[in-house]
Amino acid sequence: MSILKTLRQKLDDKSISAAELTTTYLKEIKDKNNLLNAFISVNETEALAHAKEMDDLIAKGERTLLAGIPIAHKDNLCTDILTTTCGSKILSDYQSPFNATVVDKLKNQGMTVLGKTNMDEFGMGSTNEHSFFGAVKNPHDLNHVPGGSSGGSAAAVAAGLTPFATGSDTGGSVRQPASYCGITGIKPSYGTLSRCGLVAYGSSFDQVGVLAHYAEDCAYLLQAMAGKDNNDGTSIKTDPDFFTQSLHQDVTGLTIGIDEQLLSKLPSVAQALLQDCIDVYQQQGVKIKPIQLPDLQPAVSSYYVLAPAEAATNLARFDGVRYGYRSQTANTLDELYINSRTEGFGAEVKRRIVMGNYVLAASQYDAYYHKAQQVRAKLKQDLDAIYQNVDMILLPTAATTAPKLGAQKDPVSTYLSDMYTLIANLTGAPAISFPIGRIERLPFGAQLMTNNFQDHLLLQTVCAFQRETDFHLPQQLLQGVGA
Amino acid sequence: MSYEMVIGLEVHVQLKTQTKIFSNSATLYGQEPNTQVSFLDIALPGTLPVVNRNAINMAVMFGLAVDATISKNSFFARKNYFYPDLSKGYQISQSNNPIVQNGQLEITTSKGVKAIRIERAHLEEDAGKSVHDFIGDQTGLDYNRAGTPLLEIVTHPDFRSAEEVICYLKNLHQLVQHLGICDGNMQEGSFRCDVNLSIRKPGEDLGTRAELKNINSFRFIESAIHYEYQRQVNVLDKGGIITQETRLYDPDNNETRSMRSKENAFDYRYFPDPDLLPMILSDDEIISIKSQMPQLPKVRREIYTKALNADEVNFLMDNPTVADYYDVLAKSIPAKTAYNWVAVELQAVFNRAQSIFDAKRVPVDILLELIAYVDKDEISLKSAKAVLQHYYDQPQAIQSIVDQLGVRQSNDLGFVESLVDEILAQNPQQVQDYRAGNKKLLSFFVGQIMKNSKGKANPKQVNEILNKKLNE
Repeated sequence: MSILKTLRQKLDDKSISAAELTTTYLKEIKDKNNLLNAFISVNETEALAHAKEMDDLIAKGERTLLAGIPIAHKDNLCTDILTTTCGSKILSDYQSPFNATVVDKLKNQGMTVLGKTNMDEFGMGSTNEHSFFGAVKNPHDLNHVPGGSSGGSAAAVAAGLTPFATGSDTGGSVRQPASYCGITGIKPSYGTLSRCGLVAYGSSFDQVGVLAHYAEDCAYLLQAMAGKDNNDGTSIKTDPDFFTQSLHQDVTGLTIGIDEQLLSKLPSVAQALLQDCIDVYQQQGVKIKPIQLPDLQPAVSSYYVLAPAEAATNLARFDGVRYGYRSQTANTLDELYINSRTEGFGAEVKRRIVMGNYVLAASQYDAYYHKAQQVRAKLKQDLDAIYQNVDMILLPTAATTAPKLGAQKDPVSTYLSDMYTLIANLTGAPAISFPIGRIERLPFGAQLMTNNFQDHLLLQTVCAFQRETDFHLPQQLLQGVGA
Repeated sequence: MSYEMVIGLEVHVQLKTQTKIFSNSATLYGQEPNTQVSFLDIALPGTLPVVNRNAINMAVMFGLAVDATISKNSFFARKNYFYPDLSKGYQISQSNNPIVQNGQLEITTSKGVKAIRIERAHLEEDAGKSVHDFIGDQTGLDYNRAGTPLLEIVTHPDFRSAEEVICYLKNLHQLVQHLGICDGNMQEGSFRCDVNLSIRKPGEDLGTRAELKNINSFRFIESAIHYEYQRQVNVLDKGGIITQETRLYDPDNNETRSMRSKENAFDYRYFPDPDLLPMILSDDEIISIKSQMPQLPKVRREIYTKALNADEVNFLMDNPTVADYYDVLAKSIPAKTAYNWVAVELQAVFNRAQSIFDAKRVPVDILLELIAYVDKDEISLKSAKAVLQHYYDQPQAIQSIVDQLGVRQSNDLGFVESLVDEILAQNPQQVQDYRAGNKKLLSFFVGQIMKNSKGKANPKQVNEILNKKLNE
């Protein structure tokens, strides 16, 4: 039974109260967070009070799915409690006066917020080493990164500090840490969840995602957050069962495309795990077909032109004038801007702002921005053609397991490691990462992608895999360490 | 030797929507600082713009009124620069493919009729206000205005004189008010004109232009143009060159001065705003907007010209509130009569009270009732004017004012006849003189009769019967 179902049952049959549940998680956080650094802020005062309110509701017969269930939110989702730092010095004290729409939706359905999780600054990074609040550690091996930018959320879920967490995915930031931490992470189709209250990085790429152990739980949480929002002009209307409509159906007859050439470039241990995964699906009646993905290097270049361009302008508002960090050493207006931003932003953020402004310069626009848009459009066309023949595509989430802390060499090779995940962000398509085994004790994930607005297929297909395998089951990590 | 002046205009029109273009804050002028400000207007993290459809409709309406092409697929772009009153660090505007393109507005000057080409009109958001030296040497920032919708209307450099510029601005000012898309209040910044002026010898290429900004009256614009033209002539005559720069006009000293510009030939790094979907307009939508358009000034002028003389037409065109009242009245009574009652008699009442024309003070149906009294000969025209004034001072039923003032005419022919007989009998010499040829005495008789009747006699009847009896 999934974790959500288990907790729901225990709450409803009173074997545990919401207050006890929240207290348990708060204790886990207290004991283990110093090892992982997964949380930036913890909701010690309000969470318990909220949980008690939920107990009252449950006692009165309230039977909604999420009442009294705890969750952690990535720290780039605005919450009117605690701070919303985006992992940055420039917002280290920032308190949002409003909740992100998705945060409100979960709150209105009774979820208790445990705290805000650590992340690469403003979502820019793949290892969660670019946080003003320090690096996050992978609970499977504290010498390794958890992935990024939703590293805090992934580590927290994997280590049992929270049953579920929200994340955000602009180039792979939910799926890749899910893969590195051995859990399930999904980025839904662009537009299905409101971005109002998600601090913008790449506006046409960003989507809120979910990290959990079970794909089934991802589906229920996505559904709880879905819906057209009048405060987000890019959000769309979806049916009330958009994500959950086929969750428990079997997968006989579905087709999955595999790019043999792409797979052959992976280390043989990774190939073996993927082959095992394919075998499981074939046993379930899924048809496997060969496909050929287009060359992905232009896609990486396109992403690293367009996302920084959008980010450079999205981050222009952080200027020390109205809120956030303001330099004390400024004597003129220019110094106020320059010093506040120089002192307030980390190196990777600065790098991307400079890149973004460069490609938007009038003299460079055609060569970079315009070209990148064309590559983006072409990628969508290529994928549309592939989806004429298959329902989904299977590929790795990342080429390797989690690297060691401090292993990152140069930015460009780090950017290239996003190759498999940023496809879905460039095309607005949904994609999910799920654990399929381990390589030298570290988790390894596979990724399923499908065409836009077919999210339910992914959830159904991973649910089917998780019915037959154990890789997704929560594990006792950090045994004998700390507290 | 004489230089030709070449001018292009950029007018920022504040659109009269209830709420801002991308957020639902109100747009009233003169409120306490930072009281009309939403989270988006101060660019809090996580906020997103959502377009106000009314702003789009108003832009389309303007485009239709100037015979422009409406782009059915235009989009918003981010215009990037840093300034404290620009909270996001970029302004949401339009660059390529603005919503309105290639229109024109006709002007009539002493030299005749000319069509000024409108290159484009695009939607954008206004910035906040900086209040310098607010506290000590600190600048205060008021974001009430940030996010108010603007329509920026740009002409080709078609103007060759200050007269043309003022004529165009007046026409444009009138047009946007008539369309109901702008309140035209230049003091409050609802209608802002930037003048791009360069000079050249006829036949040469365009010279370098200076941009004159923030001049908020037509009179000052005219003076600024004259000054700037002369300044540029002087520079070139001395062998200098004109620098492309922004200049402010100082009305106290009647001169333009170079502004410490915040952007010099700046690269705004425009790109399509990813938070806002393209504005797709269907033919049906455009037709629907067209059907809701109020009457265009040029159409209104044509209608007036059919029934009224040039001065009367101009008066109505210059006074839209009076014209609105006139339009309603003219549905029920002849144009000239309606004009006289509204633009002469009623206007005089407001003038005497030193107040602006306010249709609510004397509702149309009240005035129509009064006019009916005159038509039916129940009161004289002269008395009606007194009744009108009385109504303004103390609104009540026309009937009761007529009774109070005692001005009801008697239409009793017998009564009139006896009055006429009486006067003629009392003045036999004048009767004889009249019959002998002194026709001027007619007014003497009328005056006497009216006096004796204490204003109750119907003047028409008096004239009729008097004439009959005198010419017997």
